[in-house]
Amino acid sequence: MAGADPQTPPMLEVRGLDVHYGAIQALHDLSLSVKKGQIVTLIGCNGAGKTTTLRAISGIVRPSGGGVFYEGASITAAPPYRLVRMGIAHSPEGRGIFSNLSVSENLDLGAYARSDHDEIARDRERSLTLFPRVRERLKQNAGTLSGGEQQMLAIARALMARPRLLLLDEPSLGLAPQIVQTIFKIIREINERGTTILLVEQNAHMALKVAHYAYVLEVGRIAMADEAAVLEKSDAVRKAYLGVG
Amino acid sequence: MDQFLQTFKDGIAIGSLYALIALGYTMVYGILKFINFAHSDVVVLGAWLSLVIARQAEAAMGWGAVGTASGAAPWWFGGVVLVAAMLLCGVLGFAIERLAYKPLRKAPRLNVLITAIGVSLLLQNSGQLPAFFGTKPKSIPPLVPDTVLFSIGQVQFRVLDFAVVGTALLFMIGLDWLVFRTKVGRAMRAVSHSPTNAGLMGIPVDRVISFTFVLGSMLAATGGFLWALKYTQVKQPADTSWTLLGLKAFVAAVVGGIGNIRGAMLGGLTIGMLEQFGSAYLRSSLADVYVFGLLILVLLFRPGGILGSAAVDKV
Ligand SMILES: Nc1ncnc2c1ncn2[C@@H]1O[C@H](COP(=O)(O)OP(=O)(O)OP(=O)(O)O)[C@@H](O)[C@H]1O
Ligand SMILES: [Mg+2]
Repeated sequence: MAGADPQTPPMLEVRGLDVHYGAIQALHDLSLSVKKGQIVTLIGCNGAGKTTTLRAISGIVRPSGGGVFYEGASITAAPPYRLVRMGIAHSPEGRGIFSNLSVSENLDLGAYARSDHDEIARDRERSLTLFPRVRERLKQNAGTLSGGEQQMLAIARALMARPRLLLLDEPSLGLAPQIVQTIFKIIREINERGTTILLVEQNAHMALKVAHYAYVLEVGRIAMADEAAVLEKSDAVRKAYLGVG
Repeated sequence: MDQFLQTFKDGIAIGSLYALIALGYTMVYGILKFINFAHSDVVVLGAWLSLVIARQAEAAMGWGAVGTASGAAPWWFGGVVLVAAMLLCGVLGFAIERLAYKPLRKAPRLNVLITAIGVSLLLQNSGQLPAFFGTKPKSIPPLVPDTVLFSIGQVQFRVLDFAVVGTALLFMIGLDWLVFRTKVGRAMRAVSHSPTNAGLMGIPVDRVISFTFVLGSMLAATGGFLWALKYTQVKQPADTSWTLLGLKAFVAAVVGGIGNIRGAMLGGLTIGMLEQFGSAYLRSSLADVYVFGLLILVLLFRPGGILGSAAVDKV
């Protein structure tokens, strides 16, 4: 397993996180860690708290307890734009496309925090090679893209930040099975090129296939955690999330 | 023919001032979704600072009025006054946002609106203190020669006319370029669409908001400066003519499509033309009625404004 050296501290560590929305507690004492070089997936039903976990990691919501550590340093409640500069890109739920900007402008926004123009141009080329559909539509208004194309744009844009850690929130949501296959193939490719990924998914089947390690979230708490291959075979997961057994 | 040309000229002049001021309302609305009622007071401050700076500097340097035989201020002096007023108003805009609006980022919209009215009243009333402007109108020394460049029929075109309209148009074109062609402009448009997602792009959202306020306040200062230049006399900060100016610029922003910067420019020129043509050809006493009548029509039939619903670029 890539980078599974027990000596090295995890790239990302979430320790005892509590998150409240007003009176509602969305996360209860949640801990998880992501090892460098891996794909770690967080699966769970609607409302389990997957999106909230990512939002707390990237500083959009302020946790009421616990902490988030990235490469050994606390990033708890740091403003989101700082994290981008530290190498964390978050492709949010709902894709976060700026529909008032062109596809090309959306793509460029991914590299907002960077100023190495030659390297940006190279990454742009790389992203567009991964997603030829996006290239064909560069001049178009981003709001006019189909859902699948928007998802491709969102991932391509996240790559423009040249992240070391990529947070993906339901990249397969609402996509046709064939496009889902493509997206997951690309997620694996991105990982093989060295980007660590924390993947939130409802499509447990695909997520467990692509991931090295997995966490199962149930109403704001980690219910199970193990190697993805192990969880895929466990009866509890098969019943509740894979619809078999 | 003369009357038409004269009216057209006046419409462009006043319309470009409305447009300049409307931009500040529309930019702040685009990015924070509230009406910054204190914006027109920054315009007043711009006019007033221009006046004070011009007077002080001319007294200190022993300059007479532009155009007088000896010791006139150099031609670029007006530019220096404008830049100084812009910088000071920019600082004020920054301070207003930081002190009054930023603490309310998560508060209900109504709280922010009430705060904006409070800031407006504070600026108006403190401006009336003897230590600041006082309550009597004052006149700004002429910074631009009033010489006639050419005439068409009876209509005279003066250096001042070109200075006012030229400066206003230049700033509008500059802003359009900034918003649609630069990195910071792209960030402004992104923040206007979704501050949260803009943050995820690595955009420092609070800094972009501050920048927007500074920019809007600088345009307001320019509006105030040009207003003082055009009308010479600067009324006291709480004078109703200022309120009306701010209100019409706001109407221009709504008519063009609030949140849309090209809409604000178009709206400003539309309102200026309507007001001038209405009073020249219909009844001059009803000038304000035409403006607010148009507002009602737009709100009834095209609530998003002229460019509002069709255009997608909002700032
Ligand atoms: N802004 C909010 N205000 C109040 N409650 C919220 C807010 N956002 C999320 N919640 C609540 O927090 C809980 C967790 O929501 P979250 O969006 O993290 O779930 P999720 O696992 O991502 O679900 P899904 O798979 O449907 O996206 C839910 O009960 C939800 O109703
Ligand atoms: Mg979610």
